[in-house]
Amino acid sequence: MTDKELLVRKIENGTVIDHIIAGRGLKVAEILGLSEQSSETMALLMNVSSQKLNKKDIVKIENRELTQGEIDKISLVAPYATINIIRNSEVVEKKKVKIPEVIEKILRCPNSNCITNENEPIKTKFSIQKEPLRLKCWYCERNFEIEEFKI
Amino acid sequence: MFESRDIISITDLSREEIEAVIKKSDEMNETLQKGENLNIMKGRIMTTLFFEPSTRTRLSFSSAMQRLGGTVIDLGEIKASSIVKGESLADTIRMVERYSDLIVVRHPKDGSSRFVAEISKKPVINGGDGTNQHPTQTLVDLFSIKKFKGTVENLNVTMLGDLKHARVIKSLAYGLALFKANLTLVSPAGLELEKEIVAELKDKFGIKIIQTNDVYTGVRNADVLYVTRIQKERFSDPYEAEKMQKSYKITPEMLEQSRDDMIVMHALPRVDEIDYRLDGTKAAKYFEEASFGVPVRMAIISMVVQ
Repeated sequence: MTDKELLVRKIENGTVIDHIIAGRGLKVAEILGLSEQSSETMALLMNVSSQKLNKKDIVKIENRELTQGEIDKISLVAPYATINIIRNSEVVEKKKVKIPEVIEKILRCPNSNCITNENEPIKTKFSIQKEPLRLKCWYCERNFEIEEFKI
Repeated sequence: MFESRDIISITDLSREEIEAVIKKSDEMNETLQKGENLNIMKGRIMTTLFFEPSTRTRLSFSSAMQRLGGTVIDLGEIKASSIVKGESLADTIRMVERYSDLIVVRHPKDGSSRFVAEISKKPVINGGDGTNQHPTQTLVDLFSIKKFKGTVENLNVTMLGDLKHARVIKSLAYGLALFKANLTLVSPAGLELEKEIVAELKDKFGIKIIQTNDVYTGVRNADVLYVTRIQKERFSDPYEAEKMQKSYKITPEMLEQSRDDMIVMHALPRVDEIDYRLDGTKAAKYFEEASFGVPVRMAIISMVVQ
């Protein structure tokens, strides 16, 4: 797509997250967790026409490449997303997100009675069932839908 | 098969492993019946850590270890331990594992036993974690069903009561699913077994499940009626718990509609959900079920501790 079509200029360095299911872009932006103190610039494009998804969202973030943990989190809300790493205005790497089998440390268990929500030296761990998307806590053994998590 | 292994969730066990425990429990039961002593745990120490009240689980574990020739140390009342000073569960376990060869833990938080097992180098047995699992009760229940009915396979089992909060129900439902039982789930509205668990039991094990609020539907075709109390300690509103408690009660009159050989089981403690008049009937098996806690836990201890 051209700059004109997107109404947002190309970025020199950073990451473009493309093919986000329309309406989930804001959630992806939340995962990236920008605040007033952050130095990066982010652009969120919603309802962009897409051959593959009909409508899609796109998130561009300048001067930042994502950690695997962030990519894993994004895969849960945007399973068709592609991650484009941009350096010196060139796409140097393009990869599809992949929902992991297990996600550790980065999600908080929605069950308030789960031991992982106590003040103990413990990290969360969820096994993931892909269709339908369900996450099962390794400790309390409860199954959750992705909407139940505060991402 | 189980040496140095933790027993945390019934979902960790295969059908073959459960059958091995049942077989071993039978041997232990015979030993007890003959009045013979076993000394296979001589010199071994088991610690019982109960952060929640218990009568049968704690006492039957203690009895089982002592019947096997071992000894037991107990955390005692929480208020008399360093837990009240703010000591974490992790630090408590790091100490206890150095004092004994086996840890039995009951804790109000879901998943606590799995965490304890990760901390401890010594085997850990889950004596009940929050509303999640109670695997040794399930092994007692499956052994009891086998004893009373001759088989666990393909039975019609009705579970009645607070299916939402009772960990014995969650554990037993998975255990019975391995034996292809047909489950009828009867509960007051709002206390149903979690829909995700029902879906998993159907999808993974292919068993038939009927859900209803009508007690008679549950009683009519059951081989086993498994009753559980309202878990009032899991309710934020005690009035609501009391109201629910009065919403169902199994009486001898109700059993007139059941199969002649139906049995009634209960992990106990009983509150109001089974009429005392049922106690002397041939259907009432709950006290015998409780007595099997000792041979089954003897089997588990002997299989876990090297």
